[in-house]
Amino acid sequence: MSADVKKRVEGITRESTQAMIDKALEIYPEKARKKREPHLAPNDPEATSACVKSNRKTIPGVMSARGCAYAGAKGVVWGPIRDMAHISHGPVGCGWYSWGTRRNLMSGVNGVSNFAMQMTSDFQEKDIVYGGDKKLATLLRETKELFPLAKGISVLSECPVGLIGDDINSVARTMSKELDLPVFPCNCEGFRGVSQSLGHHISNDTIRDYVIETREFTEPAGPYDIALIGDYNIGGDVWSVKPLLEECGLNVKASWTGDGQIEQIAATHQVKLNVIHCYRSMNYMARVMEEKYKIPWLELNFFGPTKIKASLRKLAEHFDDNIKRKVEAAIAKYDPEMQKVIAEYRPRLEGKKVMLYVGGLRPRHTVSAYEDLGMQVVGSGYEFAHNDDYERTAPEMPEATVIYDDVSEYELEQFVHTLKPDLVGSGIKEKYLLQKMGIPFRQMHSWDYSGPYHGYMGFPVFARDIDMAVNSPTWKLVKAPF
Amino acid sequence: MRQIAIYGKGGIGKSTTTQNTVAGLVSLGKKVIIVGCDPKADSTRLMLHSKAQTTVMDLIRERGTVEDLELSDVLKLGYGGVKCVESGGPEPGVGCAGRGVITAINFLEAEGAYTPDLDFVFYDVLGDVVCGGFAMPIREGKAEEIYIVVSGEMMAMYAANNIAKGILKYATSGKVRLGGLICNSRNTDKEAELIEALAKRLGTQMIHFVPRHNQVQRAELRRMTVIEYSPEHEQAEEYRQLARKISENKMLVIPKPLAMEELEELLMEFGIIEDDAPGVGVPAAAAVPA
Repeated sequence: MSADVKKRVEGITRESTQAMIDKALEIYPEKARKKREPHLAPNDPEATSACVKSNRKTIPGVMSARGCAYAGAKGVVWGPIRDMAHISHGPVGCGWYSWGTRRNLMSGVNGVSNFAMQMTSDFQEKDIVYGGDKKLATLLRETKELFPLAKGISVLSECPVGLIGDDINSVARTMSKELDLPVFPCNCEGFRGVSQSLGHHISNDTIRDYVIETREFTEPAGPYDIALIGDYNIGGDVWSVKPLLEECGLNVKASWTGDGQIEQIAATHQVKLNVIHCYRSMNYMARVMEEKYKIPWLELNFFGPTKIKASLRKLAEHFDDNIKRKVEAAIAKYDPEMQKVIAEYRPRLEGKKVMLYVGGLRPRHTVSAYEDLGMQVVGSGYEFAHNDDYERTAPEMPEATVIYDDVSEYELEQFVHTLKPDLVGSGIKEKYLLQKMGIPFRQMHSWDYSGPYHGYMGFPVFARDIDMAVNSPTWKLVKAPF
Repeated sequence: MRQIAIYGKGGIGKSTTTQNTVAGLVSLGKKVIIVGCDPKADSTRLMLHSKAQTTVMDLIRERGTVEDLELSDVLKLGYGGVKCVESGGPEPGVGCAGRGVITAINFLEAEGAYTPDLDFVFYDVLGDVVCGGFAMPIREGKAEEIYIVVSGEMMAMYAANNIAKGILKYATSGKVRLGGLICNSRNTDKEAELIEALAKRLGTQMIHFVPRHNQVQRAELRRMTVIEYSPEHEQAEEYRQLARKISENKMLVIPKPLAMEELEELLMEFGIIEDDAPGVGVPAAAAVPA
């Protein structure tokens, strides 16, 4: 984007944003203020480096919305694979409270194979003292018996496993032979790292060491073979994007890991191109496949017609005229439909302001979808992003809007008071705070029990939901007593 | 009831010293319980004339949870009516023995193992203070009185100093105090003087010097304390003396642990490291004769 068409929001300048940040920081003791300060900044769309510091330890005492390494491994990377059983190895809480909480939908026969197969070793005192290795072996045998459809089992370490030094890698190796079934040990103890981000990385490493290249696709390879990486099928996103890519002539051989199948994931080294949706959680394996198998990768954004159109054309550049033709045909077919959606909703949403605080890729990828509806994103940030995510965010966000990393509930609340957005898109921890403040809210980790929001199929749903939230008469009836 | 924990470097003779001392206390008419805090479960062997058949953790493992256990399942009576319990725990290299100690002690407290008629509780703790679990007896005011078994060997003294650091850590938040060093002699040079000096630096006392004697070995082979095996033997008298001193001990202090350099200085002072000997990192053969 060139400077003359730089996105701006009326009333927001670098000075106004900085003043808002300074005011929010006032309440902290000096040491905490110094630590938080670099994580909050006004956006510079042309900056070549990230405007905020990220991927640092959360300051004790502030309310953070971050998760842990186990959450990143189970909830994000492994959990969505539909034909595997996932074992949460450790005390029962982690497994229980993460059971089916992320809306990564699965296809299959209703009640037979369309749900996540999950187990926990439910550690007791004796397992801590004597070690859980034997229990894990027993559990793996039982898992195979109880879930005969599982084509593999992941073993996800909870904190105590790392403390007592259970050798899950060795158990996985032995049991994989005994059961004649792949068993993947993932050392994702929650205390490792500063957020769920390390859990993604550890899981990618496990895929690298135990999964990739262990299977071959049964059909012969074709020039249009691609894999969809980092789409977790939240609310059915994969079910929107995959048919679209197929309509464009591409052959989606594997999806990582939303509605994914482990044997396809294991054969992904045979594809010609990797299409990356969530860069943060899967860039590691994209790079591994690039280095090891020379598979190029491409980050695409399928939120809102503007980005979908640009992404499809960017994708077509990697292929021949046949694909280019089909891509144009798809755009010609669907884009007018999207313009109708915009024509319906935009008048009701024009000029409305949005603030986002989510994870992965949404704080930058969904910006344009709101803009398609005439809205402006006036603040954005991630729970667990790194520098490269913020670099990618800068050009998407309007000039001088506030960027916040690992924002505390207090800071977010202060920004909301100042910016007075018409909608906040964030997580369950923020939802009720914001709604009690009388501000429309969407839970944007799980699409708030809706979806898909991805692709041409998703945009009408997205537009409807945003309209429903922002223009609900409820908010006119709510007045916070404070 | 005085709660006493015995710490010291691995292999220094904690279990042997503890049980012989307890036998000495028995001869003074004292009522005692020994809580073995070592997965090897050999802290009560000389009292029971056999290794404890059931430990707290083993039984928890067998039955499922700690709630399934009765005190009578794990509490055994040994020599002179001494109550004996072993925490038990995993094989080396697996699980968390420290957690086992925590579980076992909590179980004993909850089940009322520490009856008011007891004069002493003795915790015999594995090795050095290696983690929070093994510090359990000195945390939360469980053991209030610590004795460290030590010898004139440098590593034993090093371990003793480390244990003193552990005590210091918890002394400020609780009632734990160091009662003294028990020198279990290894016949090293100027051993008694050295340990006396170490004790002084730590702000405590060498409560007793237990000379080395094969009679201990002879008794142990018969799974007995020296006091039970040969009450008239001079070594039995040493343990009775130690028991009396502990029983009468009023010198309970917050230790002042040494820095590593101070500890080496101390060894040098006593000629263990001779002044004219080659310096740090110089092999003996490489030293040029004066």
